[in-house]
Amino acid sequence: MRIKHIYEIAKALLLARSKQTLVAAIGVTFSVAFFISLLGFMEGLNTLLDGLVLNRTPHIRLFNDIRPTAMQPVSLDTTYKGYHNFISSVKPANAKKEIYNVESIIKRLNADNRVYGVAPKVTAQAFYNLGNIELNGIINGVSVVQEAKLFNFKDYVFEGNYLDLENRSNSIILGRGVADKMLAKKGDLIQVTTINGEQFSLKVIGFFESGVAELDKVQSYVSLATCQKLMGKPNNYISDIQVKLYDLNLAPALAKEYEKLFEVNTEDIQTANAQFETGSSARTIISYAVGIVLLIVAGFGIYNILNMMIYEKMDTIAILKATGFSGADVKKIFITISLSIGIGGALAGALLGFIFSLVIDNIPFNSASLPNVHTYPVDYGIQYYSIAVIFAVATTYFAGWFPSRKASVIDPVEIIRGK
Amino acid sequence: MENKIVLEAKAIFKTFYDTVQIDVLKDLSFTINRGEFVSITGKSGCGKSTLLYILSTMDSNYRGELIIDNESMVNKSEKELAFIRNEKIGFVFQFHYLLNEFSVLKNVMLPGFKSNKFSEEELEQKAYELLNKLGIEKLAKKMAYQISGGEKQRVAIARAMINDPLILMCDEPTGNLDSKNTDIVFEIFNELVNSFNKTLLVVTHDQSFAENTQRIIVMEDGRIIS
Repeated sequence: MRIKHIYEIAKALLLARSKQTLVAAIGVTFSVAFFISLLGFMEGLNTLLDGLVLNRTPHIRLFNDIRPTAMQPVSLDTTYKGYHNFISSVKPANAKKEIYNVESIIKRLNADNRVYGVAPKVTAQAFYNLGNIELNGIINGVSVVQEAKLFNFKDYVFEGNYLDLENRSNSIILGRGVADKMLAKKGDLIQVTTINGEQFSLKVIGFFESGVAELDKVQSYVSLATCQKLMGKPNNYISDIQVKLYDLNLAPALAKEYEKLFEVNTEDIQTANAQFETGSSARTIISYAVGIVLLIVAGFGIYNILNMMIYEKMDTIAILKATGFSGADVKKIFITISLSIGIGGALAGALLGFIFSLVIDNIPFNSASLPNVHTYPVDYGIQYYSIAVIFAVATTYFAGWFPSRKASVIDPVEIIRGK
Repeated sequence: MENKIVLEAKAIFKTFYDTVQIDVLKDLSFTINRGEFVSITGKSGCGKSTLLYILSTMDSNYRGELIIDNESMVNKSEKELAFIRNEKIGFVFQFHYLLNEFSVLKNVMLPGFKSNKFSEEELEQKAYELLNKLGIEKLAKKMAYQISGGEKQRVAIARAMINDPLILMCDEPTGNLDSKNTDIVFEIFNELVNSFNKTLLVVTHDQSFAENTQRIIVMEDGRIIS
């Protein structure tokens, strides 16, 4: 029995019930389309929301924690080995936040082929002077070019060119919240007081909006050199080294490696932002569940329609069997019917899903906290299309399997005798 | 012409269990030779249709042995039986049973699709030849539901013939036809036997039809009485 002939018989049976076939196929089409657009939209949102924090978080952060040494002198002393000590409230002796040997560490990191880029950073506590009011602030000294390359710095800077930070000395990019409070405009001079009590005036060359309002109320950016000057430190003073990797998943392992190698403290992105992972995976699971339920419902539709068709086509099945078609042939015919509904519906659904995604992608979405986003985000990942199509075809196969088994065991004698 | 045995039934028993045990066929034995035109007659309910379904291998739930073309049908799988049915038996029913979803031509070719012995072009040619012989060539492209009852029965005969079966089995082939069409069908059967040396087994309660066949098997209460 050739596939072609099975296909031909299946086609004739399908066309004989073209309306029902169409309804079944539309069921599959819509579920595939919704599956694709739902997941694409959900993943787009996930990426956007995670990106709010993850894109600007280094995969590994190297810093010098203020912390008492793990091995205190008393435990190093061999005399008291095996004794228990009751020394409490141990204080750290060294309050230095800088990382030693920064240059060679950065050199070494840049040479590591797992590392995408390295950005040094200095963080200074300061007060923004607003007349006689002082606002709490954190001033980040960054290497502008590296920051732009690794953390999309320029996406968050509006009004003004972020590169001016490097080119003009004593310039500052203010967080939006701070700027609003200070009524600062571009080109204004503002006063800041460092924790050492020194006052500086800095020129506002732009504004910064991270999307996290709390951060924007305190943070501002200056160049590394300006920040070092604010703190009265030499130009090799670096408090943080931010590392971005090619593969985010390597972060925990590499963080440990660097901690040993450079004798610094490290923090990896997974530890720092565990809650984001949890949130996005929960959202993803929910959307997959909804999508798969849609496909299963469509499968039941096909099951129903095939069952109906088998009752209607009893005579046809009986005559096929009487003329020498075996149960297996009949089964193949009905599975072909089911699969063609599935495949046809799924392909149309993939197309419709793409169109839905395009529509969602063009719906305006303006959020004060997301200056660069104007429409809803959609992920066009091919994986959603393939999962939807594969799952739809599998569902229709099973939806067709039970009715076709029923058809294959129909006893032709009973049908013919019943006439 | 050598009297070669095409079909042999050996002590066939068939029992229905419908709250009480009903013996439909009791110890039936007979043979049919190649080129014979045999009719089975008897009153309604004497078991002649039941016998035909057993002989056609569609019903395998019986005791006794059925031998078709020197091959025992006992203990064969559903698939093997379907294969034999396709290759060696042509079937014509009382209610024509054409598939309405297909054209007349496709209906005739259908058993050929299954056997896969010929290419589609050859099959189509064969189908045309058969339709031509039966005088209904012009109907080939029509859909099965568009033709009359007598024409349908002739198409069914063409379909039964497409795989060159050893034996053609007919269940009341003229039961639903007027006398004019009955005559046409009978003529076709006669020609198949005489000119093409086919073997025919016809179940009928049409006495005049039966009388014109070469051999009559009369059944009563599940037994052959003559």
